[in-house]
Amino acid sequence: MKLFCTALLALVFVSTNSVADEYVIDKKGMHASIQFKIAHLGYSWLWGRFNDFDGHFSYDRNNPEASKIEIIINTKSIDSNHAERDKHLRGDEFLDVEKYPQSRFVSTSFTMNEEGAGILKGNFTLHGVTKPIIINVKYIGEGDDPWGGYRVGFEGTTRIALADYGITKNLGPASAELELIFAIEGIRK
Amino acid sequence: MNIKNTSNSYGIVTILLHWLMAVLIVGLFVLGEIMVDLDYYSKWYNAAPWWHKSIGMLILALLFIRLIWVFCNNPPAPLRTYKMWEIQVAKATHSLFYILLIVICFSGYFISTARGASIEIFGWFDIPAFINFSKYQADIAGEIHEVAAYVMAFLFVLHVCATFKHHFIDKDVTLVRILKPVKQQESVK
Repeated sequence: MKLFCTALLALVFVSTNSVADEYVIDKKGMHASIQFKIAHLGYSWLWGRFNDFDGHFSYDRNNPEASKIEIIINTKSIDSNHAERDKHLRGDEFLDVEKYPQSRFVSTSFTMNEEGAGILKGNFTLHGVTKPIIINVKYIGEGDDPWGGYRVGFEGTTRIALADYGITKNLGPASAELELIFAIEGIRK
Repeated sequence: MNIKNTSNSYGIVTILLHWLMAVLIVGLFVLGEIMVDLDYYSKWYNAAPWWHKSIGMLILALLFIRLIWVFCNNPPAPLRTYKMWEIQVAKATHSLFYILLIVICFSGYFISTARGASIEIFGWFDIPAFINFSKYQADIAGEIHEVAAYVMAFLFVLHVCATFKHHFIDKDVTLVRILKPVKQQESVK
């Protein structure tokens, strides 16, 4: 009887506190990317990306507020398809990757409306500086994949000012800020 | 005026190669030093590396010619006033100059071609990329390029000091020999 009661209690506990599913970012299949674009002289966009990153998140479509995400970026993997510029970006005038090999985003809250537009708040660490940022999230879709797994995908965009993170090299007034674009696909654990 | 070196005099080819390369190398070192600190909005931001690369590859070509010339031509005999250790240090310095020049030229080439881009030579033709040995080739080659250049700068100071020592203290023809081919009777001291 006592055992039955405990089991019943456990069942009630589990069903009322729906635990969000855990997802790992599909890094292996590279169905994810972390890109940035920054104005070049104010005349065009320069695109680049971080080739190496990792992360995981929790998500429950019925209770999006319970979602959490953590992304770790290997700053050394910056790639703008130009050897000399990438060397420069890795150097101490910009990312200083020897000193700050990792950049990180850790969420603090998430809200999403019926249309799948969300606001993700969290702390972003870059160049050794941590600042709160807000990422605008767009829910893309979710469902079974053809190989027995379950996937969900989002896109997130945000703007950061380089000077906020102690990167003060002058690239001109149009290039003080850059846009970060996160394309995330997670596989349910 | 002798084209080739003789037992007591440098030939005109050796002398011309020496001074042409000396001017180019010192100029390129200074240009390299200035170039890396240029502001993004400097007029020279793109032009300085372009000249640096073109002249660098010209130096490599001249070095190739010079090494052939060195192998085909014995240098004039050491002056009788030279001490044994002076001859040995001078020989080591000269060999090290050649080695460092090769290292500097190739490491420079490896920075620019790290992502498969070719190097434009004075707008006349391109030298393509032919090796990629690391994801971070530009950074590795960059470190080597810088360190080797500073070692060579130190060696350059040593080389010049030694010349002045011979000219003003020992009062021998060491400096004069590399300025112009000397006649038979002048060389005996």
